[in-house]
Amino acid sequence: MDASAALDVRDLSVSYGKVAILRGVSFTVAPGECFGLVGESGCGKSTAAFAAMRALPPAGRITGGSITMDGRDVLALSRSALRQLWARRVSMVYQDPSRALNPTITVGAQLMEAFAVLGETDVLARAEAMLARVQIPSPARVMGVYPHQLSGGTQQRVVIAMALAKRPALLVMDEPTTGLDATVEAEILDLVDMLRRDQGTAILLISHNLPMVARMCDRIGVLYAGSLVEQGDAKDVLRAPRHPYTARLLSCLPGGGRRKQDGALQTIAGQLPAPGTATTACVFAPRCDCAQDICRTTAPPELWTQGHMATCHFRPPFPASPDALPDAPATMPVATTPVLEALNLNKTYGAVRAVRDISITLAAGETLGLVGESGSGKTTLARLLLGLTAPDPGGSLLLDGKPLGPTLTSRSRAERKAIQIIFQNPDSALNRAHRISHILTRPLARLARLSGQKLADARTELAKGVRLGDAHLAMRPRALSGGLKQRVAIARAFAGKPRVVICDEPTSALDVSVQAAILNLLAGLQRREQVAYIFISHDLAVVRYLADRIAVMYLGNLLEIGPSEEVLAGPHHPYTAALVSAATAATRVRLRGEIPGPGEVQAGCIFHRNCPRSLGSICETVPPPFDAADAHPIRCHIPRAELPTA
Amino acid sequence: MIRRLFRPGFLFGLTIVLFWVICALFGPYLVPQNPYADDLMNPLAPPSAAHWFGTDQIGRDIFARVIAGARPILSVAPAATLLSTICGTALGLITGYASGWLDAVLSRLIEVILALPLIVVALVVLVALGPSSLNVTVVIALVFTPIIARTVRAATIAECKLDYVPAAQLRDEGPLHIMFVEILPNILPPILVEVTVRLGYAIFTVASLSFLGFGIQPPSPDWGLAIAENYGLIVGGYGWTVGFAALATASLVVGVNLVAEGLQEALQ
Repeated sequence: MDASAALDVRDLSVSYGKVAILRGVSFTVAPGECFGLVGESGCGKSTAAFAAMRALPPAGRITGGSITMDGRDVLALSRSALRQLWARRVSMVYQDPSRALNPTITVGAQLMEAFAVLGETDVLARAEAMLARVQIPSPARVMGVYPHQLSGGTQQRVVIAMALAKRPALLVMDEPTTGLDATVEAEILDLVDMLRRDQGTAILLISHNLPMVARMCDRIGVLYAGSLVEQGDAKDVLRAPRHPYTARLLSCLPGGGRRKQDGALQTIAGQLPAPGTATTACVFAPRCDCAQDICRTTAPPELWTQGHMATCHFRPPFPASPDALPDAPATMPVATTPVLEALNLNKTYGAVRAVRDISITLAAGETLGLVGESGSGKTTLARLLLGLTAPDPGGSLLLDGKPLGPTLTSRSRAERKAIQIIFQNPDSALNRAHRISHILTRPLARLARLSGQKLADARTELAKGVRLGDAHLAMRPRALSGGLKQRVAIARAFAGKPRVVICDEPTSALDVSVQAAILNLLAGLQRREQVAYIFISHDLAVVRYLADRIAVMYLGNLLEIGPSEEVLAGPHHPYTAALVSAATAATRVRLRGEIPGPGEVQAGCIFHRNCPRSLGSICETVPPPFDAADAHPIRCHIPRAELPTA
Repeated sequence: MIRRLFRPGFLFGLTIVLFWVICALFGPYLVPQNPYADDLMNPLAPPSAAHWFGTDQIGRDIFARVIAGARPILSVAPAATLLSTICGTALGLITGYASGWLDAVLSRLIEVILALPLIVVALVVLVALGPSSLNVTVVIALVFTPIIARTVRAATIAECKLDYVPAAQLRDEGPLHIMFVEILPNILPPILVEVTVRLGYAIFTVASLSFLGFGIQPPSPDWGLAIAENYGLIVGGYGWTVGFAALATASLVVGVNLVAEGLQEALQ
């Protein structure tokens, strides 16, 4: 036991009913240290956080181990002493800031309450000073508004301000930036880092995002199926992982400039064991591609060397597995004939111009990455192309050079068949009332006009194409894991042999190991079916992996479009520079001020109010339109040679 | 979900409802006396071994009439509920899915009917058409349809926000398929709850209309009718002529409501 630690967790085991969720987890957070707990969904990371504060839901029970916080044995505390600890020594920040704030009370009143509870006087001044500390531009104004009037990023700053009001010894953050845009996430993380440095608060950061945690934290622990499989200095774990799970997880990430032409991504075979599965062997052995006999019989010990722990019988380099080689490089010729053209598309909802004068061309078999943050109009653009929403009159759509109707009803069956979509959330996109066989049969019957034995054969073929078996066909979506559900959604989109498939953040709800498998599947299907993708994503690494060209959108406007490598490497638009730097974090390009709401009318360049490179009055005029002859047009007044590069 | 149903309240309610359903199906065969047979020599006899619940003004056995009285009310009320469910579900799906002018027109129409007081509308229609079981069924169905339509419309609008609806449109499905094959199975739980709640109200309404003389007609052993025929006698000390029929009505309504509540809890 380490009495000086902000949080010391020893051999912690937690069960929900009879189901063991955590098994013998030990870690320590030193004062002023940032410790990251990473793992995929269902590995028990949130349970660990709640258990550490002894704030588990009623069904959860700590079945073993000890927790010491700030020198006190948390498990021995009386109810009232525990409340005192929660009130004064530890704070928690959750994923969704809009739920953490009371919508009926002004920000100022909530923040002042946080100080008043502590018996502070002069709460107004302290609350304002706290808002200034979390870098909210005009604290006095923000004090008087209600939470819904603030953007998600500002809301999270307010939550952090409230959490820090008590000067906690420990700050627990559970996925604090998961719902936020990349540029906002980067700012919040910078803020947390700065506050930690000047307040000396210890932080327990919980996230599924391994690279983000590794950037933020001094040390990290990797959870798998309720056990801590690796723990150590963040840089060491990231650079030289000692557990095969961590190593595989890292190689699943489409990072480091990897492209689909470089070959398929690594995946982790199998899936997480069901919660509560008891084992005397290594928890990861069933999925480990270098498991030996000993792994399947004996639980590995915690092996520590120089502050780096892994529970594995072996040391890297791990014995190679026979089938760990990636697929052959995905080389495919991209045709130059356009399959889909959009000219001057606009969509206005009242005062909100969701899509402004967008023209794009999509060549057969190519992937166009569509990048932008929330409110940029990506999804509206997708709906316009699909015919689910009619664009404002004036623009036009062409499919294979022939005019395409604005709505589904004005399109022919062949035209409807040609453009399909893979939605972001398979839970919403698959009808929960129907079996998978029905979900796959209907589009084949309606779009491909098949029936009888041909239909049954085509369905089996379609399912096989996304590696779904006959057993899956009889199930309902609820019975499938997230990755399998997304496979069904992909199969459905491909049922009618489409020419264009719009992928709307198809992997953002999935774990990295599943994401890699889905990206491989999409790349493979594209090669086989010669279909063009419009790939919408906020994850630049994913877009870089799949996309041939990238389009960057901001508040309904297209800022630049060009070959992926050129767009990401630059010279590129100052906004693209901010996006790229938010993802890689070397030196961050900051946006100025608050991002305007979608309804706010802006004169001139759409980005000039937030642009870190604004030239002054010229930016209040609209930048010149795209030159059709330019392969990489950028809408910016700054001369090409002076634009930023990555 | 099935296991969550098995709570004391739900099971108690279900027992009551099943008891009356069995009475409605087999009642006349179960009781020793003929519910319609009068015995002018033995009117207003108090409860006894021969007549468990006593006899009424013309000597008919009240126990037999209460048991047999389950049939008229348990034919009219469920029929009215079923009819309103079918019409209300169709109307709710159409207004919820169509949106635009069709929804605007139909929804205003629904609100107009909702604004009218139930019993008054029922009385006016029954005075015009004449009281009969069929007319009572149709009138109650007419009044309940907008209420069910409103519930179904709200559920449908929520479903239309899910991506499987545009996905069905993109694979070339027609509106009827989307409404009845894609959306309907997903909104069955709220419909089921609404139907059980409505059934409770329908029973109450049938009894009220019969009491007022516009519902089920004599010589039916209907409970509402029995209360109407005999309530003047309570003051005279002949409480059994009214009490048992009232108790039967109340128990059925309570039973149905307990079932509705149990379903609602289990389905949430």
